[in-house]
Amino acid sequence: MSEDRDLPVTTDSGLPVQTVYTAADVDGGLEDRLGLPGAAPFTRGPYPTMYRGQLWTMRQFAGFGSPEETNARYRFLLERGQTALSVAFDLPTQLGYDSSHEQARAEVGRVGVAIDTAEDMVDLFDGLALGDVSVNFTINATAPIILATYLIAAERQGVGFERLAGTLQNDILKEFLARKTYIFPPGPSMRLSCDVIEFATDQLPRFNPISITGYHAREAGCDAVQELGLTMASAIAYSEALIGKGMAFDGFAPRLSFHFATTLDLFEEVAKLRAARRMWFRIATERFGAKDPRSGRLRFFSGNSGTTLTAQQPLNNIVRSTLQCLGAVLGGAQSIHVMGYDEAFEIPSEEAVTLSLRTQQIIALESGVTRTVDPLAGSFFVERLTDEIEAAAGAVLSEVEAAGGAIVAIENGVPQRWIAESAYRTEREIARGIRPKVGVNVYTDDPGAEGPTPALFQFDEGIVERQIARTAERVAARDVRTHAGAIAALDAVAREGGNVMPPLLIAARAGATVGEMSDVFRRVFGEFREPNPW
Amino acid sequence: MRPPRVVLAKPGLDGHDRGVKVIAMALRDAGAEVIYLGLRRSAAEIVQAAADDDVDVIGISVLSGAHLQLVGDLLREREARGLGEVPVVLGGTIPASDVQELRALGVAAVFPVGTDLLEAVDGVLSLASRNQETR
Repeated sequence: MSEDRDLPVTTDSGLPVQTVYTAADVDGGLEDRLGLPGAAPFTRGPYPTMYRGQLWTMRQFAGFGSPEETNARYRFLLERGQTALSVAFDLPTQLGYDSSHEQARAEVGRVGVAIDTAEDMVDLFDGLALGDVSVNFTINATAPIILATYLIAAERQGVGFERLAGTLQNDILKEFLARKTYIFPPGPSMRLSCDVIEFATDQLPRFNPISITGYHAREAGCDAVQELGLTMASAIAYSEALIGKGMAFDGFAPRLSFHFATTLDLFEEVAKLRAARRMWFRIATERFGAKDPRSGRLRFFSGNSGTTLTAQQPLNNIVRSTLQCLGAVLGGAQSIHVMGYDEAFEIPSEEAVTLSLRTQQIIALESGVTRTVDPLAGSFFVERLTDEIEAAAGAVLSEVEAAGGAIVAIENGVPQRWIAESAYRTEREIARGIRPKVGVNVYTDDPGAEGPTPALFQFDEGIVERQIARTAERVAARDVRTHAGAIAALDAVAREGGNVMPPLLIAARAGATVGEMSDVFRRVFGEFREPNPW
Repeated sequence: MRPPRVVLAKPGLDGHDRGVKVIAMALRDAGAEVIYLGLRRSAAEIVQAAADDDVDVIGISVLSGAHLQLVGDLLREREARGLGEVPVVLGGTIPASDVQELRALGVAAVFPVGTDLLEAVDGVLSLASRNQETR
């Protein structure tokens, strides 16, 4: 380690860290850069009383197998004190294939729930009152289609659209950037995303129609500074596209929501989250001329980082997740997901997901960190780091803009290369022991002396055939002419312009499958293939 | 002897490509020629590329839990194309309980989450050199 001791001490993003900070390290004008919680520039939080008024939403991301199995997991979580739902979809649903599709079969129900028709969405929320429970949907390329099926489920429960609360991820740019469940080329993909936002602005006043996400770029390998810069670049791209559609910034901006990772470098993560709020406020007011104060008030969901968890000594992941959840709370998150300690192996078991929820509850109710708002404000180190991260993320944003803005830069693979290079750097540092990982490169177990593997989630192979059979029955039962008319109408709107949401609602109501509706868009828009990164 | 040549791809629908790209960069730094096919590649496309480029190792990465079926498809396609001698390696979120079955199916090496980067690189390169020697 002797050579490594000579390396400069930095944050995970490479920002220098001094041995001690004093008042002299913080630039003048701090009070203006902070404001009060709930007031411009929102550095200290989007709401005046934060967790004293209302705790964050505890929202464990969950879904697997069929709608019935996932419904049972939701009830399990709600019974244990979870306060909202977050739907994980399987890959075929995310990529617009029905469960029966040849390319889908191996993946049905694996990483999330399989949804083929609106009837599946009805089953998914059976007995869960959609007017009362807020629901998050991690869905992007097929976001408008899945939103349509959800609206049909609400309709079936007799719940008016105006009562629906929740969030649709609907951030297609970060799919091209990092998460990779894109289907259509960037241009039409942006159109679909913006159609959803336009429709929701008009009809879903309590619903967040997009969650602009840095989380996946971070998980794919970039650092905290790049994560923030890339997220702001995307937020600007969506805002410009919506303005180009004729919408007023203050009309849609209050419903934009954000999603950041919270990883293990505690102070850097808190500083990043505080810097994010100030950065968005400045962009909203200075670039887009926001008049409505809510337009520049950034609200975010925090997900723990799965890539910080290890397969070795898996119980250590409980400690890692606790630190990450604490960071999200100290950073002022509106909702939080805590990873299961077994996620290096499988989707989480009931035991693991319960422990994730209990982690949130213990921090909320026992640690005392919720008693005052933004408790790290005024720390010489945290304020200095907040300023430095804002400046460094601003430089990343400038680089993206120099590369043509988020859409063009992503089309050319520019930020994708940053992410891959950063991931490689991190893994080499772990392999060389420069970046300590307990149980991996320090304090490792002797071979053969590893502890027991946790009892893992067991996938029920039978669900695939059951899901295919049930969808086939539902397809056979629908009215052929109504269905054909709805598909033709969707095709016409996709080709000729106009918002795709009204015809999607009609098609979903007529029993069209997710695959059929996606195929309409595939025919009209084509499919995207990522250029080779090298 | 020419440098070891490896084709890397992600079969199925899984988009988690951090690991496979890191492996690609590490293999390249270790002197290998890497042909990276990217996402959502069918067994036929992967085996075709392996044949066209005369590779020494086929590497795939799966983090969706669908590895048993996707590996089965790939191995069947490999046999059908007469490339049975080209070793197949697998990385990703692979539970320890599946490793034995995968080896029995004919996977030459499995590198689950948590594998040391250099160990994975050495594993691929030694399979590649063994393949070159036995030609």
